[in-house]
Amino acid sequence: MAAATVNKIIPFSCVDGPGNRTAIFLQGCNFDCKYCHNPETIASCIHCGACVPYCKLQALRMENGRVQYDMEKCVLCDECFHHCPHGSSPRTRELTAQQVMDQVRKNMPFIRGITVSGGECTLWRDFLLELLTLARAEGLTTLLDSNGSFDFSADPELMAVTDGVMLDIKAWSKEDHLAVTGRDNALVLKNLRWLAENGKLTEVRTVIVPGLYDCEQTVENVSRLLAETHSAATRSKIIRFRPMGVREAYKSLTAPTGEQLSRLRDIAESYGLTDVVTV
Amino acid sequence: MKRVLTPEMMESMRSEIYDTLTDTTTTHEQKVTYLARKAENFLTVLDEPEGLDELMRCDIDTRCICNLFEGDAPYRPRYICIDFPKFLREGSAFLQLGPARDFSEALTNLMIMFHNIPSITNYPVFIGDLDVLLDPYIQDLSDDEVKKALRLWMTTIDRTILDSFCHANIGPKATRLGYLLLEVEGELENAVPNLTMRVAKDTPDEFVLAGIKCALRSAKPSFANDEMFRGELGDDYCIASCYNGLYEGGGSYTLSRLILSNIAKRAKNIEDFEKNVLPWVMDVMARYMDERIRFLVEESGWFTSSFLAKEGFVRRDKFSAMFGLVGLAECVNTLLEKEGCHERFGHSEKANRLGVEIMDIIEEFNNNHYNPYCEATGNHFLLHAQVGIDSDHDCSPGTRIPIGEEPDELVDHLKVINLFHKYFPSGTGDIFPVDLTVHQNPQYVLDIIRGSLGMDIRYLSFYSSDSDVIRVTGYLVKRSEMEKLDAGQNVLQNTTGLGLGAAKNCKILDRRVR
Repeated sequence: MAAATVNKIIPFSCVDGPGNRTAIFLQGCNFDCKYCHNPETIASCIHCGACVPYCKLQALRMENGRVQYDMEKCVLCDECFHHCPHGSSPRTRELTAQQVMDQVRKNMPFIRGITVSGGECTLWRDFLLELLTLARAEGLTTLLDSNGSFDFSADPELMAVTDGVMLDIKAWSKEDHLAVTGRDNALVLKNLRWLAENGKLTEVRTVIVPGLYDCEQTVENVSRLLAETHSAATRSKIIRFRPMGVREAYKSLTAPTGEQLSRLRDIAESYGLTDVVTV
Repeated sequence: MKRVLTPEMMESMRSEIYDTLTDTTTTHEQKVTYLARKAENFLTVLDEPEGLDELMRCDIDTRCICNLFEGDAPYRPRYICIDFPKFLREGSAFLQLGPARDFSEALTNLMIMFHNIPSITNYPVFIGDLDVLLDPYIQDLSDDEVKKALRLWMTTIDRTILDSFCHANIGPKATRLGYLLLEVEGELENAVPNLTMRVAKDTPDEFVLAGIKCALRSAKPSFANDEMFRGELGDDYCIASCYNGLYEGGGSYTLSRLILSNIAKRAKNIEDFEKNVLPWVMDVMARYMDERIRFLVEESGWFTSSFLAKEGFVRRDKFSAMFGLVGLAECVNTLLEKEGCHERFGHSEKANRLGVEIMDIIEEFNNNHYNPYCEATGNHFLLHAQVGIDSDHDCSPGTRIPIGEEPDELVDHLKVINLFHKYFPSGTGDIFPVDLTVHQNPQYVLDIIRGSLGMDIRYLSFYSSDSDVIRVTGYLVKRSEMEKLDAGQNVLQNTTGLGLGAAKNCKILDRRVR
């Protein structure tokens, strides 16, 4: 049975896909987006123990060279990961797909499905395959929230149990994408087209940070691609950058004005997109 | 035992009357209502059970029984739910109206009828299954024509039926009229009427979603578990006043409530509560309700003189009565504290189990109590989770978890609710403010409603945490109207005053946003 490092499970989420869904956040990401609002999910914990003294409620302790986390004592003050020298969090658990599914079952029949997010959930491919298969067996729908760094077209087995992917498009040009994430985006854009053409694209999201990359060019090209692939009804989320949770070095990135967001919405709608949401 | 009014009591009542008619924050209509209630209380016609004074006419912190302002000489049923289909079909001799032949006549006839239906508030608490009543009349009309007429008609209701205990129903079938009504109500953002959508397994998602979109703007409709109500009351049930399941063509004679939070204070421990104190209070309240019903049916003359009864718009044998309760949460917490346990209702299995145990005792008592005039419901009253009144403090509505103590996760909250809704065919409900507008995901609420239908959850309300119209406990008010009243201005609707009291005493503005 495959296990994954789980950062958090939100029993009812109204923001991780259509309807009410249990959202499962896995630890670890292969992108390093400057505006990441939960940077503590990027790196894996190396059990150095630097965070332990900062926990005022003894929810963290060192045991056999590993940091142990007690959920019951934790009040989510976030001091631990604010003091993590590696950009990680000790507040994670190793759970098997079956164990995660046990948590998900508690939320039935009020949920229509699950969404696995991160970090980057596709780094846990074998775990995903098991979890999504289990969820499907319960009649739940399955969504992945991904940065697009995984070649979905090459994994029909995983795609067979995935209802859809909610894809982040960080930037359209390669240079911009490198500047935002530290990684190339050829595969991301290939995925965008492939998922759209194969009816697996549930949502496209772009965080708007004026000055960091060419936002208009990105929204415009994504919209054109959706229109070309007969995916104009796919939800397109244009998200305002907010400094909440962002690392100190990047807190000063610029948030867009209301007019800038409206302008982007107009661009998307000019390509015939019918479900553009600005948040 | 008949109540005795002492000269001191009479003098104090006279002074209350003076205060009522010189109050500058109430309108003329509100004064007339309050004065009538005070006049009624000069009578001592009821043969009251021993112990009632001690349990009901006492300080608010020790009061165990409350008659919800019904007055001491009941001269009309508390809630009247008339047979509107019969009225539209046949007209009324008393009202000098024939059958309604088109949409305009239907709307006008209904409005005339609304103004001739009494209740505890003097306004109708049930104004019909509007979609079923009106949909047959709109076949030849365009959407715009229907919406224009509905806009004026619904606005007239809001400005002339002056409290939000007035309740309309739609569903479970989707109709064009139903969709148009939801569209109009979403636009108008009025507090009156209250609105329930009855949801069944085969109610189309699209219709429920139209209801949710309306609710996120105007705090209504609420969503009722149609299958559950139908299973208990049959096909001719309706939802009236706050959320009360009653018979169409009937209603409820009366409603009194057990104040469980205070009843618990009188008990030494859990055993004393369950074996002695609670059974005694329930017995006094049930006999008090019996006597109220006897007077109403046998002496008041309402059922023999009102045109509603004479023309068959209501039938005496379709009335029941509501055996209400409030403060289960505080009752459980108090009893556990007396046993040295600090676990809390809504959060611990032990506390929730005690709540269920208490409800089982109340249900069993009611099932063994016989009232000759409640034939419609097997000669028993119907249990009712009363929504509280503005003067309640440290006493949550019905079986609700206290505001401020809601579980962190909505799913855990729903699982507690699931334990208690089944006891209350004549109504219970829970309310959730949600913050969804920006995410455009009304399906989130749809999934929660659909999930609830498959469980023992009866009735749910949602409103947007930033809208003007909000649900207080079971009724709706506008925040903007409460602000006016708080500044000492007159306001049109009686319920605004109740809402303002509840905002100050019952923390209704502090509910956990989901």
